[in-house]
Amino acid sequence: MNKLNVVGKREPMLDAWEKATGRARFTDDLSLPGMLYGKILRSPLAHAKILHVDLSEAEKVAGVKGAISGKDIPKKKYGIVPMAKDEYALAIDKVRYIGDEVAAVVATSLDAAEEAISKIRVDYKELPAVFDPIEAMKPGAPIIHDEVPNNVSASIHKEFGNVEKAFRESDFLFEESFETQAVNHCPLEPQAALAIVDPSGKVTLWASTQIPFFLRRNLATTLDIPESKVRVIKPKVGGGFGQKIDLYAKDFCAAFFAMKTKRPVKFVYEREEVFISTRQRHPMRIHLKTGMKKDGTILAQQFKVIADGGAYNSTAPLMITLACYFIMLPYRLENLLFEGYHVYTNKPVGGAMRGHGIPQVRFAVEAQLDSIAEKMGIDPLDLRLKNAFQAGEPHPAKLLVQTCGFSDTLKKAAEGIGWKEKRGKLPFGRGVGLAGASFPSGVSNMSHISSGAIVKIERDGSITLLTGAADIGQGAETVISQIVAEELGVPLEDIRITAADTEITPLDPGTFGSGVTLRAGNAAKIAAQAAKEKLFEAAAEKMEIRIEELEAKNRRIHVKGNPERGMSIQEAIKFYQYSDRPMPIIGRGSYQPPAKEPTTLLKEDGNFSPAYSFMTQAAEVEVDTKTGKVKVLRMVASHDCGKAINPMLVEGQLEGSVVGGMGQALYEEVITEKGQVLNPSFLDYGIPTAMEVPSITSVEVETNDPEGPFGAKESGEGTQLAPAPAIINAIYDAIGVRFKSLPVTPEKVLKALQENAQNQNRDPESLDPDPEINSG
Amino acid sequence: MKGFFMKRILRLHMNGDEHEILTETHKTLLEVLREDLGLTGTKRGCDLGTCGACTVLIEGKPYLSCLTLAVDVQGKKIVTIEGLTQDGEPHPLQKAFVEKGAIQCGFCTPGMILTAKAFLDENPHPSEGEVKKAISGNLCRCTGYVKIVEAILSVTSKT
Repeated sequence: MNKLNVVGKREPMLDAWEKATGRARFTDDLSLPGMLYGKILRSPLAHAKILHVDLSEAEKVAGVKGAISGKDIPKKKYGIVPMAKDEYALAIDKVRYIGDEVAAVVATSLDAAEEAISKIRVDYKELPAVFDPIEAMKPGAPIIHDEVPNNVSASIHKEFGNVEKAFRESDFLFEESFETQAVNHCPLEPQAALAIVDPSGKVTLWASTQIPFFLRRNLATTLDIPESKVRVIKPKVGGGFGQKIDLYAKDFCAAFFAMKTKRPVKFVYEREEVFISTRQRHPMRIHLKTGMKKDGTILAQQFKVIADGGAYNSTAPLMITLACYFIMLPYRLENLLFEGYHVYTNKPVGGAMRGHGIPQVRFAVEAQLDSIAEKMGIDPLDLRLKNAFQAGEPHPAKLLVQTCGFSDTLKKAAEGIGWKEKRGKLPFGRGVGLAGASFPSGVSNMSHISSGAIVKIERDGSITLLTGAADIGQGAETVISQIVAEELGVPLEDIRITAADTEITPLDPGTFGSGVTLRAGNAAKIAAQAAKEKLFEAAAEKMEIRIEELEAKNRRIHVKGNPERGMSIQEAIKFYQYSDRPMPIIGRGSYQPPAKEPTTLLKEDGNFSPAYSFMTQAAEVEVDTKTGKVKVLRMVASHDCGKAINPMLVEGQLEGSVVGGMGQALYEEVITEKGQVLNPSFLDYGIPTAMEVPSITSVEVETNDPEGPFGAKESGEGTQLAPAPAIINAIYDAIGVRFKSLPVTPEKVLKALQENAQNQNRDPESLDPDPEINSG
Repeated sequence: MKGFFMKRILRLHMNGDEHEILTETHKTLLEVLREDLGLTGTKRGCDLGTCGACTVLIEGKPYLSCLTLAVDVQGKKIVTIEGLTQDGEPHPLQKAFVEKGAIQCGFCTPGMILTAKAFLDENPHPSEGEVKKAISGNLCRCTGYVKIVEAILSVTSKT
């Protein structure tokens, strides 16, 4: 590959200065003259029929300009997955969880809106509620959505290979159950929306969203107006992690009231609303049976997974599908039987969150692998290396893995943490562990899947880039600009980017499935190539040589390998213009993952993603046996991201993921009692602070994927799959306890240590509550 | 009450300027900054004093503006993130945050930088542990704090 000048460089984010100086504008930072402030009334009941909503007293509050309930809005359901639409912007007829949206008001001040909300009277008829997914699946359980009588709104039953036969052929069988908790994404910026309507009736919505184009579609659907009457603009977004993928009541209500009042309308969620009424990671109950050969080959796995979906679907079918398919990476697994259910309960709603359905099952697999390794007398690292998937191998679900650095990540993470010297050799209370994972770089099983880009070469030689990609703080705009700068041979500062405005920028699916760099990056690269080609045509004519002989470097177009023979980009533009070629110089690009169409894993197998990332994370922990507190001392994160377009940003993704994963392993859980969230604040919920942060080493493994722009694959979501199991495995090494439910709180640690102490005369293996090993 | 509250003229010394504003007496400094003065660099992350995104400096000390009544800080010297850049020159912390990759979504950044500034003014040569403790009231969900700590320490090593 040619020497790269912009790609591969540690460039600060393009908008970092704006953010460092307070000039960056997030949705709630925007205000318009005459703006109204909105508030939403939420259900205090977990499950109830709405008999009557009386808005009259609310409407009398001075300053109130509008009040609505579910009966005032178009009866149009929405949902991020078209086949799983089950939600109204405001509840119609009944509420399904504590926090469900019942009514909304707008007023000239937030104080007035809050007062008005308190004056709305709602008559409910309380219904029996169900809070446990297993109870919800039983006959006779309360029905949360009439059209889903067993509360199972999405399920998957898939078999690859022949699991029954493979179990018979196994030398050992292992069977155990795991449980994961509800986790809130906790973006620092609460969800917000601001809407205006122009005289033609077109709505413009500024929103904290990861997916402007999906939001446009869902808004048009719920408002019952054409898509052309909706413009969505994404200002700066203060983190998303999957939580800003869905349309929320705030989006709909801002637009609806703007249409109704002809005034700008803003809705901003309180932190409590973010905890209760947005989305969270699905809690899962996982039952896992694994068949092993004596030589350490994983022969077969059987899963039963029950995901607690809460009151609505959000991404349900996709979530449970991802959980299934990504069992078959990063380890070779030819026989898999997967039974998965997404179950409604009267609780906060599950949705996409960094890793999307995979971290839960990955925790189960990685924790069990460690226990298998021990029982079989194999080093957990060697067991993983033996089963590590390799590039080009046939995949049972027809995933096309062109590059795979998994084995390298295993070796490097192990080396980094000091595996050989430390595993099983540290004093009681200290331990190391590791875990592996794989993630798609974008998904190809939904509509709105192609990404477009436009690159314009301006008269002064600067570059304008239009992309639909949604930067939510991960640095997408910077990475895509680096790709364009590299392609055109200009420095990064020559690129001006306009992104994520549905009226101006080309279609893009948005930020999910960790596909932005690959998908939008490829589109922008193709657009840059197209623009360059036009300029090359002119330059070649002037220089009287063939286009193929030219290259663009250092703001010049010259003969390959001979910088002297050529001209500046500006000279080329001048010649282009004077030779009466069409201005402006525009290159257009679009990219769609090369998949069999349609590759909906929901119905059939196929290559789900253009590329797959691979990773290993290794942890060293210290357990305070007096307090039960686990301290993560060190993490080594080794990630095959294909090619780091911007290594500093890739490190940032890894570090943020490690700390988030640590929170999910040790601290975080959205606790509910009878559907009521008991800890809806940062103080009570407790995401990691700087005090808990371990030393983190990032080790990049580059595999240069042929499908990725300059070889790049994902580094956003996959990075959060392995930290939790790595930490859990390190805890075992430290204190000899295998935890099977997250988070591992000090209470759980102390209880386990006490139980161990009571059993201390027994041999260590029998301390393990795992079912027996059955000799095959 | 019909949705309107008592107003009063407040005099605030903000980023080197005197401001006289007519506003409700129950408003927090955060609300006055964002809504009355248009200084939206100060962020509202929780409105409960738990995230640190609304941190401003009052007489050089970090305060959570969401828990501070604007009427109480009249006559005191207040600095927000907008006031940290002086005569077009960014503060070394701002530069360090940009260059070290300590900023991702940027929502926690203003509060984080101001907390760090107040801390370094008191303790110009802290240990890594002291830096972590100093910013432990400022939450960040993107960066894992690693590059934030690096950025703050890089400023201390230059002085």
